Amino acid sequence: MSQTRSIAVTVNGRTYEKTVETRRTLVDFLRVDLGLTGTHIGCEHGACGACTVRVEGEAVRSCLMLAVQANGKSIVTVEGLAQGNALNPLQQAFWEKNGLQCGFCTPGMLMTISEFLEEVPSPTEEEVREALSGNVCRCTGYQAIVDAVLQVAAQARAEKEAV
Amino acid sequence: MGVRMFGASVKRKEDPAFLSGKGRYVDDIVLPNMAYAAFVRSPFGHARINGIDKSAALAVPGVLAVLAYDDLPETLKERPLPLFVQVAALSQPKMPYTLAVDEVRYVGEPVAVVVAESRYIAEDAAALVDVDYEPLPAVADCLAALAPGAPPVHAGSDNNVAARMPSKIGDVEAAFAGAPHIFKERIFQHRGGAFFMECRGAIGSYDPVLNSLLMYISSQGAHRIKRGLLDLFDLGDHQIRVVTPDVGGGFGPKGSLYVEYPAVAACSMLLGRPVKWIEDRRENFVATHQERDQYWDVEIAVDGNAKILGVRGTMTHDNGAYTPWGIVLPWISVATVPGPYVVPAFHIDMISVLTNKVPATPVRGAGRPQAVVVMERLMDRVALELGLDPAEVRRRNFIQPEQMPYKVGLIFRDGRPVTYDSGDYPACQAAALDAIGYEGFRARQEKARQEGRYIGIGIGNAVEGTGLGPYEGATVRVATNGRLVVYTGATPQGQSHKTTLAQIAADHFGVGIDDISVETSDTATISLGVGSFAARTAVNAGSSVHLAATKVAEKIKLVAADMLEVSPDDLELKDGFVHVKGVEEVRKSFREVAVKAIGMPGFSMAGGLEPGLEHTAYFTPDQSTYANGTTVTEVEVDIETGRVKILRLVLAHDCGRVINPLVVDGQIVGGVAHGVGNALYERLVYDDEGQPLSTNFGEYLLPLAADVPRVEIVHQETPSPLNPLGIKGAGEGGTIPTTASVIGAIEDALSPFGVRIAEAPISPQRIVELLGEAALGRTR
Repeated sequence: MSQTRSIAVTVNGRTYEKTVETRRTLVDFLRVDLGLTGTHIGCEHGACGACTVRVEGEAVRSCLMLAVQANGKSIVTVEGLAQGNALNPLQQAFWEKNGLQCGFCTPGMLMTISEFLEEVPSPTEEEVREALSGNVCRCTGYQAIVDAVLQVAAQARAEKEAV
Repeated sequence: MGVRMFGASVKRKEDPAFLSGKGRYVDDIVLPNMAYAAFVRSPFGHARINGIDKSAALAVPGVLAVLAYDDLPETLKERPLPLFVQVAALSQPKMPYTLAVDEVRYVGEPVAVVVAESRYIAEDAAALVDVDYEPLPAVADCLAALAPGAPPVHAGSDNNVAARMPSKIGDVEAAFAGAPHIFKERIFQHRGGAFFMECRGAIGSYDPVLNSLLMYISSQGAHRIKRGLLDLFDLGDHQIRVVTPDVGGGFGPKGSLYVEYPAVAACSMLLGRPVKWIEDRRENFVATHQERDQYWDVEIAVDGNAKILGVRGTMTHDNGAYTPWGIVLPWISVATVPGPYVVPAFHIDMISVLTNKVPATPVRGAGRPQAVVVMERLMDRVALELGLDPAEVRRRNFIQPEQMPYKVGLIFRDGRPVTYDSGDYPACQAAALDAIGYEGFRARQEKARQEGRYIGIGIGNAVEGTGLGPYEGATVRVATNGRLVVYTGATPQGQSHKTTLAQIAADHFGVGIDDISVETSDTATISLGVGSFAARTAVNAGSSVHLAATKVAEKIKLVAADMLEVSPDDLELKDGFVHVKGVEEVRKSFREVAVKAIGMPGFSMAGGLEPGLEHTAYFTPDQSTYANGTTVTEVEVDIETGRVKILRLVLAHDCGRVINPLVVDGQIVGGVAHGVGNALYERLVYDDEGQPLSTNFGEYLLPLAADVPRVEIVHQETPSPLNPLGIKGAGEGGTIPTTASVIGAIEDALSPFGVRIAEAPISPQRIVELLGEAALGRTR
């Protein structure tokens, strides 16, 4: 039951070498072993999206992935989004639009959306709602989150056109 | 400063931390030498425990302890959890012991707790605790539990009735005796659970040096949990401190005292180490309180003009196995039925029934959404039968603004007569109808039908008792370094208390919200607290902050007046200084004033002001203040698949004066989503033995981003006369009228087929089934 393996994982640009149980989930590795508690556990069955992080750029549920599967990979968590002490444009838009209340689903939302906006830079509202449908929020009714995403996309377009 | 904070849409103080992963929820807290707990829970709806073999679990390396009932501290063996809301009507008060004694009464009831060096080990070992259960007959449905010969939920009880309570207005028999029209409905409602994204959790940390217990608990009120633990452990007031850190949603059920909390405390005392327990989602589905089934058999009597003469009937409420909130939930349901309408005669007999399921306690709306569904189904029925427009039927029955304050004639669960303090219900409905374009709807509907599309519109009107007492407190202090802090027992779970309470305080001191710390829900910082539920914090804590800040600001002026040798009336506060009006350079800093106010060691302060720049206020409202709202929903129903698409949803609401419109809008929109879930998706399914069949988010559907509509909000603002700020509660107003509106809209869409809907939630399968029944002429 306690088979272990040594892994090296880069998280938010920093490389960690740790020995972990093979059964340890990636989210427990991040939260407990690395102390990166910004990633939250909402359901432990891959349904709610609260634990979403980006592994090699791809948004994944860290409750459904084992830490050993992340060996040699590069991960970004919510702690890696801010640019220094400044919130990034997506975080800023969440703040301005009141896209969060209790804040528990927020890290997963941010990670899901950050991938989505790279793939679909100019989404429609319907596309945003579809993209968010793997992340559950019980507080906001999603509307302010959708508005935040649309605002970020619009800003990015405006900046691109201005260049 | 100079910009008024009260009423401004300022961004929330809480957010930068939450957005950058720096929130601190209970599972984020790690104490040195901490151990981890996992619970062994009943797999049966009802069983006798004949023995517990812990040996295999204890043999697992890393396991520190396995506790069953016999291993608990003496006081926990003597006492069940305390019941905080005992009323005479509750004939069978039932509270659990910390761990099951010799009988389990719902699937998920804790039987033993395992503590280990890691959570993984604790869960491994919990699976090895061998409990010898002897299954007993169980009953899962509240009507079945009332039937003669039904098995008792608690072995040895004569029956399963937890409470009966009649609620009456006027002479209902006379009202019905001469009524030209009487219509009868049987309405079934189920209300699912809270399903906050952060499951429950607790850390117990016993300090043997001070013989004291510190607990971090994800709750809706640290002070009530402390009160329960004081009763259970027989410790002194100074020996228990409960702190609630950031909370990932509450919606009601985190307001209860749960058995896991004293269990975790007992583990920490036994081991002399901090012990953490975090509920997983599967536990959350079986162990966190839920709302539950209600069966309503009701009749309405109206005159020839569709004016209500009376409402009568019975309501059977599924309480679950224990009664931690007494009869609060069904009581609120019944008292909410009359809503915004004049109901001259009323008689509903409420029966609250024990079943072999996890206890039912309030979830956002707390029994009110069901009441609104009942009344609005009756209004729609009257409209249908008399051939009138549903909006017109409601219009003819509204309480008029000039009738305020309006005595409904019932007693609310705050113990006071239901007396609506203010509000303009006709205007609220009119505003919502106007916003959605109700006038043109029938033409749109007709056109859609010609295209083979079935659209419908539904109205939900609600009046909601908010701001329930007894009180919430606030201490406002200027520390000797000049820093401002507000301490309160209010316990945010996403409602933005830290921002809104800072807004209220800020105006008194002429500062911004970031200049004020708001420290919530720590029993060490303020002696009394009630917590955040029942849309009560803005009213209670907000008023207390206002009262305390007023006093402290006055005192700053008094002390500074003495220092500056001017009249206090000539002073004003701004940006951390108190200065002479018009002469900003003649001033003292808050720090200087605070230092002056505490005196110097050994020097006399006799004859002066009370020491310190601080004041504690406990606002105690006379009664609830009543908010109101109207949801109007337009839906399209696919008659082949039963799929319901919400095309538009307008909510007009009145929560009195608004502290922060951004925050209120967020509460409303989020509340609507919950109401949509209750109308279309959320269903906790049990089999006849009380075995839960929906225990994950694949089986229990929460509304997702693609499921919920964009909510169009119309604001009305009728200040409450019952508190100094004119506030009413806003936390539940989105949920309460919405379910009724969606259900009404679906029925309206299907009116060509004669489909009647008397249940919530309603699934696509059920809609197709009802269409089939209607086609066969089997509908009522």
